[in-house]
Amino acid sequence: MATTLFARKPRELTYNPKRPVWKEKPSALYQTVKAVVLIVFSLSILTPILLVVSTSLADTEQLVKAGGFVLWPERPTLEAYATIFKGPMVLQSLGVSMLVTAVGTILALFVTITMAYATSRTVLFGRPVILAVLFTLLFAPGLIPSFLMIRQLGLLDSLWSLILPGIFGAFNFVVMRSFFMNIPGELIESARIDGANDWQILWRIVMPLSKAVIAVVGLFYAVGFWNSFFNALLYINDHSKWPIQLLLRNFVVQGSGAADQLGITTTPPPQSIQMAVVVVALVPILMVYPFLQKHFAKGVITGAVKG
Amino acid sequence: MNSTTEQAPALPEARRVPARAGGKAAGSGPKKRKGSKPPQQSFRSRLRRDKQMLLMMVPGVAFLLLFFYIPILGNVIAFQDYQPYLGIGDSLWVGWQNFVDLFGNPDFVHAFWNTLYLAAWQLVFLFPVPLVLALIVDSLISTRVRRIFQSIAYLPHFLSWVLVIAFFQQMLGGAGFVNNLLRDWGMDPIPFMTNPETFPVMVVVQMIWKDAGWAMIIFLAALASIDASLYEAAAADGAGRWRRMWHITLPGLRPVIVLLLILRIGDILSVGFEQFILQRDAVGAGAAEVLDTFTYYTGVVGGGWSSGAAAGLAKGVVSALLIYGANKLAHRFGEDGIFAKQVR
Repeated sequence: MATTLFARKPRELTYNPKRPVWKEKPSALYQTVKAVVLIVFSLSILTPILLVVSTSLADTEQLVKAGGFVLWPERPTLEAYATIFKGPMVLQSLGVSMLVTAVGTILALFVTITMAYATSRTVLFGRPVILAVLFTLLFAPGLIPSFLMIRQLGLLDSLWSLILPGIFGAFNFVVMRSFFMNIPGELIESARIDGANDWQILWRIVMPLSKAVIAVVGLFYAVGFWNSFFNALLYINDHSKWPIQLLLRNFVVQGSGAADQLGITTTPPPQSIQMAVVVVALVPILMVYPFLQKHFAKGVITGAVKG
Repeated sequence: MNSTTEQAPALPEARRVPARAGGKAAGSGPKKRKGSKPPQQSFRSRLRRDKQMLLMMVPGVAFLLLFFYIPILGNVIAFQDYQPYLGIGDSLWVGWQNFVDLFGNPDFVHAFWNTLYLAAWQLVFLFPVPLVLALIVDSLISTRVRRIFQSIAYLPHFLSWVLVIAFFQQMLGGAGFVNNLLRDWGMDPIPFMTNPETFPVMVVVQMIWKDAGWAMIIFLAALASIDASLYEAAAADGAGRWRRMWHITLPGLRPVIVLLLILRIGDILSVGFEQFILQRDAVGAGAAEVLDTFTYYTGVVGGGWSSGAAAGLAKGVVSALLIYGANKLAHRFGEDGIFAKQVR
């Protein structure tokens, strides 16, 4: 039905590829300015990424000739990667990051889904209570009290200190909850009449209907865990428990003799070793980015503008 | 625990209260109907009926208590001479002394003004960029160009600050790509990353790089929701490009602009914690010390728990006042702000 409706509408044509009839053709100057802004902005994002990846792949000879950076590796080599994976530190920190991300995301999804479902339907506490709670989440408890709490719990230098503080995010909760609220109540009622309890309803009815939103929220959490560095700076002293972001900060951003501390005698120049560490932290994000991008705009708009 | 952008959109939930209160009750069937007041079940029988639901809330509530509400209460150490080996229970109470000391401490006063200074830079130069980008993207006719640009522009939002700063260092740092080029061309290198005077510019550029594309989304959504027939009618009446933007586009975006401004203002004292802590060594505490870094270095690094907590609390209170004030102002201008005016 919808297709015939649209087919009859001549206005559909105006969207693309032609501009609407009433819209004047922009001046050449305006067009140019627009193009320049978009191209400069895009290039400013793409160039550093290209630079870092290329430099990590470049061989010594070309790097020395270029004075440290190349935009295109002439004879790509994986030497730098072989070097960083020889020492234990990069592998260890990758392991830590992966473990924290995996466990954290699963726990976070569990806490967020149960909380969102319960608050989307339960009636013992009314909406005002839930809204009041949401409102308080705007404020942060502060750095020092949070630190003291972690210490009180005995979690300093434990990987749980990287996981537990991140397992509930107000934004993700709101997205999840507003999705659950839009699931027709009749579905849930009929399941209840058939004798399902709330856990069964959640597992058998609600979650299968919400696969997409669960995937998005899960990805948000995963990216958050992967990217977080400050919790590790605060809570972790033990070098063997550093996540990749903290390693990156200490060796690349602060540049404190990366090679020495990684326990490597350098054959490839330090530049490409540093860049290899950057790439190692970057690649997982690039890998999930297409999935994220496909869904996140929708999620953000549900959470923000719809209200 | 949450970056500011992630938390920000949580708010508008509150605005939904009046509109949805009735609708939701109808959705959950015979359980509860607001307004028409069905015979109320007793508390105990409701408790029995909702038992499993309440059980589901346990993990979330436990999280909030442990990592949110109890730490908020933990701020009382701002009024103590807190000693770790004594604990909160036995530490001495000193009243407002920590705050008096803080405002007498030139480092804190410097961090305070520096925070406001950097925040002003961000508000003036950062806020308009996503709006302008959104207007440009919205005016693109080709959906393909549009999609490609959006894919590129959103990407940096998902990179960690560590990566962002690493990228900037490799591009603009003293031994970075640009300065290498400059040297090859026989020019003096420019200390982009280490010059305290241009640090505010650098901060804003980094923030634009990372988040301007992402912040565009909300504007794009709002732009898409403006009725196209308004433009058509205005064009028929002879309104040109700029008149249409002034009389239709901007008024259409006003609620979103106001909402985002309020959220930004409430968040303004946080300026961008990770960004600063990563660069503080490079540009020095003079330029990069903000309230949050002051809290970190005084409290966690220096062991001055109470003064650190006092600084954090001062910041929190000022932020809350700013949100409240901005929201009041929004109501004055006839906008909803964070809350619709009457929340019942």
